[in-house]
Amino acid sequence: MKALRQIQKAMRRDRQFGLMHSARDMAPDVSHGELLYLEDLNLSFDGFKAIDDLSFYLEAGELRCVIGPNGAGKTTMMDIITGKTRPDSGSASFGLNIDLLELSESEIAEIGIGRKFQKPTVFECHRVIENLELAMAGDKRVFPTLFAKLTGEQRDRIDDVLGIIGLTEHAYRDAGALSHGQKQWLEIGMLLMQDPLLLLVDEPVAGMTHQEMDRTAELLRSLAGNHSVVVVEHDMEFVRAIAKRVTVLHRGRVLAEGTMDQIQNDPKVIEVYLGE
Amino acid sequence: MQLARILLLGWGLVALGPASAQGHAPREPAQAAPSFEQSLTQLLDPSFKVKSAAVDAIAAGGDERAPQALAALLSGRLFYRKSDRRVVYAERRTDGYRITDVLSGEPLGDAGRHHIKKIGINNKLRRQLRAAIAGLALDHVEPKVRLDAVRRMMSDPDPNLAPRLQARLDLEQDAAVREALEQTLAVTDLVSPDAKVRLAAVGALRGNLEPVVRNRLSTLREQDEYPEIKSAATQALADIERKLTLYAKAETLFFGLSLGSVLVLAAIGLAITFGVMGVINMAHGELIMLGAYTTYLVQQAMPNAGEYSLLVAIPAAFLVAGAFGVVIEQLVIRFLYGRPLETLLATFGVSLILQQLVRTTISAQNVAVENPVWMSGSLQINPALSLTYNRIYVILFTLLVFLGLLLILKRTTLGLQVRAVSQNRAMARAMGVRSARVDALTFGLGAGVAGVAGVALSQLTNVGPNMGQAYIIDAFMVVVFGGVGNLWGTLIGGLTLGVANKLLEPWAGAVLAKILVLVFIILFIQKRPRGLFPQRGRAAEG
Amino acid sequence: MGFIRALKGDTGGQIMLFLLGLVAIVVPILNLWVPASSPWYLSTYTVTLLGKYLTYALLAVAVDLVWGYLGILSLGHGAFFALGGYAMGMYLMRQIGERGVYGNPELPDFMVFLDWSELPWFWYGFDQFWFAALMVVLVPGLLAFVFGWLAFRSRVTGVYLSIITQALTYALMLAFFRNEMGFGGNNGLTDFKDILGFDLRSDGTRIGLFLASAAALALGYLACRFVVSSRLGRVAVAIRDAEARVRFLGYRVERVKLWIFSFSAALAGVAGALYVPQVGIINPGEFAPLNSIELVIWVAIGGRFTLYGAVLGAILVNYAKTYFTGVMPEAWLFALGGLFVLVTLLLPKGIVGLFARRKRSTAQPADVTP
Ligand SMILES: Nc1ncnc2c1ncn2[C@@H]1O[C@H](COP(=O)(O)OP(=O)(O)O)[C@@H](O)[C@H]1O
Ligand SMILES: [Mg+2]
Repeated sequence: MKALRQIQKAMRRDRQFGLMHSARDMAPDVSHGELLYLEDLNLSFDGFKAIDDLSFYLEAGELRCVIGPNGAGKTTMMDIITGKTRPDSGSASFGLNIDLLELSESEIAEIGIGRKFQKPTVFECHRVIENLELAMAGDKRVFPTLFAKLTGEQRDRIDDVLGIIGLTEHAYRDAGALSHGQKQWLEIGMLLMQDPLLLLVDEPVAGMTHQEMDRTAELLRSLAGNHSVVVVEHDMEFVRAIAKRVTVLHRGRVLAEGTMDQIQNDPKVIEVYLGE
Repeated sequence: MQLARILLLGWGLVALGPASAQGHAPREPAQAAPSFEQSLTQLLDPSFKVKSAAVDAIAAGGDERAPQALAALLSGRLFYRKSDRRVVYAERRTDGYRITDVLSGEPLGDAGRHHIKKIGINNKLRRQLRAAIAGLALDHVEPKVRLDAVRRMMSDPDPNLAPRLQARLDLEQDAAVREALEQTLAVTDLVSPDAKVRLAAVGALRGNLEPVVRNRLSTLREQDEYPEIKSAATQALADIERKLTLYAKAETLFFGLSLGSVLVLAAIGLAITFGVMGVINMAHGELIMLGAYTTYLVQQAMPNAGEYSLLVAIPAAFLVAGAFGVVIEQLVIRFLYGRPLETLLATFGVSLILQQLVRTTISAQNVAVENPVWMSGSLQINPALSLTYNRIYVILFTLLVFLGLLLILKRTTLGLQVRAVSQNRAMARAMGVRSARVDALTFGLGAGVAGVAGVALSQLTNVGPNMGQAYIIDAFMVVVFGGVGNLWGTLIGGLTLGVANKLLEPWAGAVLAKILVLVFIILFIQKRPRGLFPQRGRAAEG
Repeated sequence: MGFIRALKGDTGGQIMLFLLGLVAIVVPILNLWVPASSPWYLSTYTVTLLGKYLTYALLAVAVDLVWGYLGILSLGHGAFFALGGYAMGMYLMRQIGERGVYGNPELPDFMVFLDWSELPWFWYGFDQFWFAALMVVLVPGLLAFVFGWLAFRSRVTGVYLSIITQALTYALMLAFFRNEMGFGGNNGLTDFKDILGFDLRSDGTRIGLFLASAAALALGYLACRFVVSSRLGRVAVAIRDAEARVRFLGYRVERVKLWIFSFSAALAGVAGALYVPQVGIINPGEFAPLNSIELVIWVAIGGRFTLYGAVLGAILVNYAKTYFTGVMPEAWLFALGGLFVLVTLLLPKGIVGLFARRKRSTAQPADVTP
């Protein structure tokens, strides 16, 4: 029995290399209104429960903020959604139909989940414009990538995004030479190029000036509607500026959920978080 | 061993010869017989007949000095001094001989090649000597010597000597010797014309592992006229076979463990530098080589210490290799922390330099490292299983080194600091750990352990400039297989690979076995990229 | 043509290819048409030596492709090179035919010597050049593919990958040393007579092989340039620097690595195939782990992440090797060892890095390894 399961597992792994190219063509079924379902997730590291019976739902087109003290499990939750970490138990699905736990990171990216990391990671050896080009939605298989050429349309799209993230002048600089805040913007730009259905944004405004924060807030708000967005952020002002609904994570579980006002008046939240 | 076999060959003659006639009267000087001293002088007679009589007389005389004298005569170490015709033992020195008086045992100093003369013997005399020596051993006052003598006879017993053994059995007090005598007699009984005796003998020999027993039992099984004896022999043989396979397995396990110990020794220093510090030290094999060469140099420096030079070599090798390690760390590795692939290349360069250094300063050829006497020979558990001492020592030594390292890392301040630096360099530094010093010492420790491994390896393999290269890949395999950063992983990984290798060898051959183990590790790493005992946590995801 | 466009902006590569073309014209003239008495005459020995360097250069380019651009420090390329060499050696062996010592038309000498009565199945087809040529790329390529499929899928990276590629090389060496493997054991394959009907000892054939090596280097270089200047090349560099990030963009990192690694291995095989007829022998010593590491240092010395730096490094180091081992053999290992240490410590960008004006990249190859 065990052996059989092992074989099944191995076969599933093979899908990464399988001939079929299924993930690209999958679209999430949002007929119940929700885009993301996380249910009863559990994950422990050496006995430490980083995620504890976590359930989380996100509506299509919603912009949600997730807050919580350090170590609450926010980044880990994103890791689970994007396939970086597998939970010990529970389920995660994209729409009603796509089981995220079955897919690899790149497949998850292909079905339309994009992510900005807590620590900005851009390709430092590449120019800004090349970073955007790499992120651009399109056929990302090996041979099409080998022979890919930029069409005029794609070029325009890159220019648009350069404008949005304010890096037009820096388009031909190496990304490694950018300031921290610029790298944050570039990473957001890469997310835009990817044009995903769901954006997971981990602490986007760390290292930004107030003006930049305002622009980021505006950008994220403008994305909502066409896209679903989950933002993890510590900066309360920023959260208040963008979020309609806020989820508070604490010790790997959802402590409270509601509007910013509800949250701020929730005694539990005040105790563990705002009270600090 | 050789000697033992020769002794056996001679036994038949003893049984028939005059020596045996008086054999069962040990320690009783024969009345009319010539004294030991007289017989000894008779040996100088040019006639082999006279010599032969003298040998008999010495053997029969029961003098305490007899066995040594006879053995010396057999091995060509018995001489006489031309000036006073005194019989002496002579040990060869570089120029001439060192001689010792046979009668008094007192050293007589050195003698030139022309001052003494060897007492010559011929083949007949040689046979007679062997027989006589064996006979003496059978009546020796030490039970252990008697036991050895009987055991040797068992592997090629002659029915003719049965009376001689029986006579000894009647006198024998020691239980082990009695048992051995009975078994040997039972072997001779297997060819007895009396069926009852044969049947009893088969019963007595159940579970006896001597090859000769097996041979004779299978002859009985095929050829005996009585079916009961045939079936008894079949059963006894099955019994023996079962035991033999068991011991063969035990032996494979032992070989595997000893090979595994060598792997662990080679790898354990690497487990520190690679596992704890994240440095890929391709010069690790050369540090082992330096340890082996240190052993060689220590032996050269103290030619008379023989047995004990190894004990000096162990700390010396630790210091030499450790010092090289610290120098390498200071000159090269210090600049490359956090860039393991670069350390790989740079230390590979260091390894080439060290090899060539040894070639230019010492020799491009292999050097001869002596093995002390206590390392040679083997521990005979039973006829089917004997464990060579050098392997036993290697296993023990490996465990000692392992425990020592474990203690250092777990119990000392240095160990604490090492672990702190390896887990979080910045934090450790903030807490006041001088990480640069710790790095140098850690690397020195890893290198020193490699040197100690070199001492052990010098006893097992050839010592030459290339010896390090033979171990480096294996050592890395062990560390990677066991799980980087985990000493226990290295121990268990190394032993497992050693045993696996030896298990495969019988049907795959040595080279193919090794290839299979390599392929296995390659596949294993795919399955568990972090080895048997992976380090957990975010830090490990690096 | 895409290949030519691949050279855009690659000044070093343009210069290198120009010089290569020049050498390819001048060398045959100096060897074939200048009389042996002239000081301008180039001996056939030298031509062969140069040809050998060119095959090494191709090998170095293959290594740079995976190391400099993909961040995989392969210690297995010596093995891929040797496998290509063996495939060619098998063809050359079968061309000997009845001219062997034992005069057996079917079996190579060493098989007769081992009392084998028939050709092992894996020697079938090697009497055909086209088949051997196919195997030259297919065997190393497939081995790399299978190995890479296992390794990359399990995300074995960095040092671990280097160590297991080395284990692979070592295992292959041990295997090829065995007589039972059917590749001539210890002695390997040698005593070749001719290739495609041309006598291997004739000057003309030597020049032909030299030119073939030059052409292979040029084409191999262009192919690699084509890869690295494509979007796939940029993905490769991105993988080198931030593998996880590339995954989250939707690229199949494993497949990118797999294809580039296999391509590089096949290229190494071609280099080996051209090497063998020129040196006249292939034996298991070519699998020695030392070789694989040494060729990494060629690349490091020339300057990784430039491709033409690899060419430069391979030629320089091998010229130095020929020179040193002739003049003072003991010094060579000291020199090579010293090079390893000094280059990694002081010249992380290699010789090329000394000259290159920083045109655009702030990339520091020294920092790219994980
Ligand atoms: N790979 C890992 N190994 C061990 N512990 C981890 C790992 N990933 C996360 N954790 C632990 O899980 C907890 C949640 O971390 P994280 O999700 O990063 O919190 P945050 O809400 O600040 O983003 C932390 O205590 C962290 O130490
Ligand atoms: Mg976080």
